[in-house]
Amino acid sequence: MHELAISRSIASIAERSAHARLARGGTVTTVEVDIGHLRQVVPETLVWAWSFVTEGTALDSSRLAVNHIPAVLRCRACGAQTVLTDVFTLTCGTCGDGNVEVISGDEMVVVALIVEDNNG
Amino acid sequence: MGRFHRHDDGSEHSHEHLHDHGVDHVHESDGTVRELTPEEAAERAEHIGDHTGYETGNERIEVLERIFDENDRKADANRAAFDAAGVTCINVMSSPGAGKTTVLARTLTALKDTVRCGVIEGDIETSIDADRLAGTGATISLLNTGDGFGGECHLDAPMVAHALQRLDLSALDLVFVENVGNLVCPAEFDVGAHRRAMVASVTEGEDKPLKYPVMFRNVEAIVVNKTDLLPYLSFDMDQFLANIKAVNPDAAVFPMSATTGEGVDAWIEWVKQG
Repeated sequence: MHELAISRSIASIAERSAHARLARGGTVTTVEVDIGHLRQVVPETLVWAWSFVTEGTALDSSRLAVNHIPAVLRCRACGAQTVLTDVFTLTCGTCGDGNVEVISGDEMVVVALIVEDNNG
Repeated sequence: MGRFHRHDDGSEHSHEHLHDHGVDHVHESDGTVRELTPEEAAERAEHIGDHTGYETGNERIEVLERIFDENDRKADANRAAFDAAGVTCINVMSSPGAGKTTVLARTLTALKDTVRCGVIEGDIETSIDADRLAGTGATISLLNTGDGFGGECHLDAPMVAHALQRLDLSALDLVFVENVGNLVCPAEFDVGAHRRAMVASVTEGEDKPLKYPVMFRNVEAIVVNKTDLLPYLSFDMDQFLANIKAVNPDAAVFPMSATTGEGVDAWIEWVKQG
């Protein structure tokens, strides 16, 4: 359900951003988003939700391109970088310190749209 | 849904493991999922927006809008409404069955004579929880997400704005938002609360903070409910507290039993601090 709500938000941003082009008969072919690993979104589920959230709307048959951004921490104590995979323990993988900064993995952004002009 | 994205290589907590799949995985015509490497992610953070168009003949429109911006704007408006009335709002989240409503009922009863409380009660269907809180002296605004809100598994800022229309904030000091029971979705949506708390329980297992870190690191207070059941369980409280510390070292933790009242006072004090 999480992915469904997020898909709706993406669609709303995309429709608003493409409004002028859509009004001139353009078609949105691709919507590109960055989703950070820490957001607990399943990218495949987001794509699946996109297909029926956009059905029958101005974004029908557009493609959702998801860039899945890894979660990377930087340790303030030893400076090492840690890439989190399955378990989200927010500690340094090298020295175990908990004083870490999230470098990437928090993203949740509509990056861009690709619009095709249909007027020839 | 909304759980971790598990990788096909089955790696577990392998800190050194770098994602080595820079290739597009094409799942279906509706979309693609691309796994970025940490190097790509770092570069992206520095040059966000500096992409080259990849479909010639088509126009690329840069958007760069955070997906939650619209919700967050509405959340800010809710917060402003609370502030204008001098009301503190606490968003209370939990998994289904952790005892959120029982904790709230006990809290409201304890505050009855000193603090004027309101509750925005989120549920997918039914008024059962709202009915349980009705005898506590608090003002209840029920919000069924199944009723015109798509049966959502969380409350978002526009829904809370809707529920606020039925609460007279000028007659209140404190508003609890009792979110829909779910450890994933509610963590993502700012509803306009000033403080965030969650109710966990000893019947849920010690690994929950590690499995739902977005929720556990998103709150300032964590109630560990149902401690009266500890003699009957193999629950390892020390391990659970260590797991909380791993994902949220700053959280205030309150082991308690909302049923017997044991340990409730410290939590009530935290609530009053707002």
